Amino acid sequence: MKCPEQIVEWMHDYLDGDIDREDQQKLNEHLQSCKECEAIFYQLKKTITLVQGISQIKAPPNFTENVLARLPKEKKKVSAKRWLQHHPVLAAASVFFILMIGSLLSTWNQDHEFSVSKQNNLVVKNNTVIVPKGKVVKGDVIVRNGKLKIEGEVQGDVTVINGEKYLASAGHVTGEIEEVNEVFDWLWFYMKKTAKDVVNIFESNKTEK
Amino acid sequence: METIVKKRIKQVKKGDQNAFGEIVELYKDRVYHVCFRMLGNKQEAEDAAQEAFIRAYMNISSFNEDLKFSTWIFRIATNLCIDRIRKKKPDYYLDAEVSGTDGLTMYSQIASDAPLPEKELESQELQETIQQEILKLPEKYRSAIVLKYIEELSLNEISEILDLPLGTVKTRIHRGREALRKQLRHV
Repeated sequence: MKCPEQIVEWMHDYLDGDIDREDQQKLNEHLQSCKECEAIFYQLKKTITLVQGISQIKAPPNFTENVLARLPKEKKKVSAKRWLQHHPVLAAASVFFILMIGSLLSTWNQDHEFSVSKQNNLVVKNNTVIVPKGKVVKGDVIVRNGKLKIEGEVQGDVTVINGEKYLASAGHVTGEIEEVNEVFDWLWFYMKKTAKDVVNIFESNKTEK
Repeated sequence: METIVKKRIKQVKKGDQNAFGEIVELYKDRVYHVCFRMLGNKQEAEDAAQEAFIRAYMNISSFNEDLKFSTWIFRIATNLCIDRIRKKKPDYYLDAEVSGTDGLTMYSQIASDAPLPEKELESQELQETIQQEILKLPEKYRSAIVLKYIEELSLNEISEILDLPLGTVKTRIHRGREALRKQLRHV
C-alpha cells in the first residue's frame, strides 16, 4: 500500500511543533493502522534524539586571545580612555602631574624679567651682574635673564638661568656653577630647588625644636 | 545577558577591543561548535570561527542593534562555513537528482540494507557516525539542521540567520531530517 505523501508532511509538521489538531488526529489514526509509517515516524524521532545528543564541544583554549591578536591595532585614544577608567588613582595622579607641569611652565613663561639675588658687593650694570675684582660675595648667587661676570670671589653656588656666565681667570667660585637654559633643565632645577626647600623647612623645624 | 551585550557592542563601536573580547568569550563555544559540526574538522572550525568574530568586529558599525548579536554572529559564521564547503565541493551530492529521473536522488540508489555498524556502538563511535552523516548533508540542509538540533534555535531565528523565508527553512529541515533518518535508522 502506498501511503499519501501528506502523511510524511504531517510528521514533519508535528516534529516542527506546528501541526493543527485536525491533522494530528489524522496522523495518529494513520500511524495506528500503518506499520510502515509508524516505523518512519519512530526513525525520525530517533534521528532527532541522536543528533541532539551529540556532545557539546568547547572552543579551543586561547581562542579569544587569538581573535584579539588578529584584530587591527586599537586606536590609542580608546586604550588610553580605558586605562584611565581602570586606574582611577593613577588617572588622578597623572592629572595632578599635568597641572603641576603646566603651572611650572607658566612660571617659566612669566619669568622673563631680569633678576638677581641680593648680596653685598654685587654690582649690577644694565642686565649684567658683576662680582668685582678683589671683592668677596658670600652666599649663593642666582641671576635670571641676564649675564654674570665673575672677576672676584663667590663663596657659594652660582646659578645662571636663561643667561650667560663669564668666569674671569682671577675669578673664583667655591661652590657649584650651574647654567640653566632649556625649559627642562629649568624644570629640573626648579623641582630640585623645591625639594631642597622642603627638606630645609623640615631641617629648620628640627633645629627649632 | 542581552543588555550586557548591547552595552559592550556600544563600546566596541567606539573601538574598544577589550569589550569585544568579552563578547567573544560569551559566544565562542556556540560559534565554534556550529563551525565544527558544519565543517567536521577542528582546525578548519577554529579558523572559520575566528574569522567570523574578526568579520563581526570589522563590520560592527553595520550591526543592527535590533537584532540579537547571536543571530548576527551565527549568520556570519554559517556563511563562512558554507563558502568553505563550496570551495572543496565534491562532484556530486547524494541528494542531487539523478538525471532523467523525477525526484529520484542518490539516497534512493543506496541499498537500504548496506552493511550496518554493530548494534552496540561505543558512544564515541556513535558520535562519529552522527557527525559523518551530518557532514554528508548538502550545505544548505546541513546549516539548517545544525542550527535547529545542535544549537536548538527556533525556526524563526534560523530563518533570520540564514536570511531565508520560514517556509524554505522548514523545507530544508524536513529534507535534512529525512536524509538523516535514512542514514541513521539502523544505528
